Amino acid sequence: MTNALETRGLEKSFGGLRVTRDLTLQIEQGARHALIGPNGAGKTTVINLLTGVLRPNAGRILLEGNDITSLPVHKRVLRGLSRTFQINQLYPDLTPLETIGLAVSERMGRGGDWWRRMGTRTDVNTEIADILTRFHLLDVMNDLTVTLPYGKQRLLEIAVAIAARPRVLLLDEPAAGVPESERHDILAAVAALPREVTVLLIEHDMDLVFSFADRISVLVNGALLTEGPPDAVARDPQVKAVYLGEAADA
Amino acid sequence: MTTLPDVSTNAVASARWRPGEIVFWIVVVACGFLFPSRYLIMTDIVRLALFALSLDLILGYAGIVSLGHAAFFGVGAYSAGLLALHGIIGEPVVALVVAGFAAMVLGFFTSFLVIRGVDLTRLMVTLGIALLLEALAERFSNITGGTDGLQGIEMQPILGSFAFDIFGKTGFFYSLIVLFLLFLLARRIVHSPFGLSLRAIRNNPLRAAAIGIPVNRRLIAIYTVSAFYAGVAGALFTQTTALASLDVFSFERSADLMLMLVIGGTGYLYGGLIGAVVFKILQELFSTITPQYWLFWIGLVLVVIVLVGRARIHRWALWLPNLIIRQVAGRRAVVAVPESDAS
Repeated sequence: MTNALETRGLEKSFGGLRVTRDLTLQIEQGARHALIGPNGAGKTTVINLLTGVLRPNAGRILLEGNDITSLPVHKRVLRGLSRTFQINQLYPDLTPLETIGLAVSERMGRGGDWWRRMGTRTDVNTEIADILTRFHLLDVMNDLTVTLPYGKQRLLEIAVAIAARPRVLLLDEPAAGVPESERHDILAAVAALPREVTVLLIEHDMDLVFSFADRISVLVNGALLTEGPPDAVARDPQVKAVYLGEAADA
Repeated sequence: MTTLPDVSTNAVASARWRPGEIVFWIVVVACGFLFPSRYLIMTDIVRLALFALSLDLILGYAGIVSLGHAAFFGVGAYSAGLLALHGIIGEPVVALVVAGFAAMVLGFFTSFLVIRGVDLTRLMVTLGIALLLEALAERFSNITGGTDGLQGIEMQPILGSFAFDIFGKTGFFYSLIVLFLLFLLARRIVHSPFGLSLRAIRNNPLRAAAIGIPVNRRLIAIYTVSAFYAGVAGALFTQTTALASLDVFSFERSADLMLMLVIGGTGYLYGGLIGAVVFKILQELFSTITPQYWLFWIGLVLVVIVLVGRARIHRWALWLPNLIIRQVAGRRAVVAVPESDAS
């Protein structure tokens, strides 16, 4: 079976600084894969390479066996690779309804439609309603995003990514900065993601990683340190030294 | 599923006509009948409003700043002038559309230069394009009439039956109808998924691409549409004044336009319209009081608006305009001048 997402010998340098070194990752269909690593390990660069914000100096990226290394950001999204952002990247003066509506319209190829008013297509509306319901955003769908509580914004962040109906979803620290009281909703939303969506989770929070992931890759200084099922990674002395030890001190 | 009707009702809600908007247009039409001696200046305002609407489409919705929008105005103006002068297309409405298309073509090709940069680059590139065209128009004076402008333009009746009259009545209603039709089109566009995607791009281009919006393609599209609007405004200028001279390309024309949007606000379509009215009234007022120094006072008004902040001025002095803006724009009125500095 082809891997959902795969990188081969990915390299990225900023000037003389090699931030991604010969990175080869294989993420299986339907996997709950976590990418962890200490601060500065190059996790964000990996996301930017995968989503197309940055171009690698060498190496290839394959989405379900197809080479997407040279595709621009929006084309990767239409191919089924969607992401959330660590820091909310939402539209402050749009409502959740409009935000989700946009993502759904684009996925259905209706985004360039300039004549029909938004909200007059039943197929689009049905899907908007479905997503707003799933992510508990119905009651706030007409509020401007900027006025939403942070937890709701994080939910919206995930909901927008899901609205693109991804085959592979990159979750960049989904629970970062969310107050304890609203945390449960986020974790529930993440846990409820449909099984056919392959998830790559980039996370600091070890509880979340170990409760969610069935496979973990550890990134240190831009290179893959080790990879394996959670218990094996947790026992790995190298990982303990560079990462878990550090986390325990902090 | 009970949520679906909710979603569709709410999704179209923002596109529904507000009472304030209907009142606005009734007042505008009423002005045409109430002040029969003022057709010339009112026509001027309508043209400016269309021109400002054109800039609002790219500035207020897509976040593209331009200091050279007169380029498209000028191309529209000269196209209409040349078409009429050489009798290529005599009928004004057809000529208007053709002139708009001429500006549109220029808009399409220059859009590739404009979308590349950030704000400052865009200001300079747009300014440069307008200056270039002005210089070209001067260089090819055998076609454009150079500094004398195009002279001896004679306009044929609109649709073959409405002749332009000396009081400018036909010109005014002609311009007003064109403005209203293009306004309707703009309103349609900004409430479509396409229009919404523009707002998303202005809000956050990074995220826009991440939900699958082809950012550059959308920016090229709206820039091209905006050029069409500006071209039509320019053509209206030529058709209603029977004149086209080099100053259609002038920097002042582009800068005044920005001023109007600063006054009226951006991103709700009426900003340019209200801005054009206020700008023209101020200009008339100041030039009556101090014919030589009216620009000084306009400048002062601008400085005050920027320093004090539109919101605060509105609360104090412009209570009524503010009320109107809120009626037509709702909570979405976005201003060209950030108010956060002032509050």
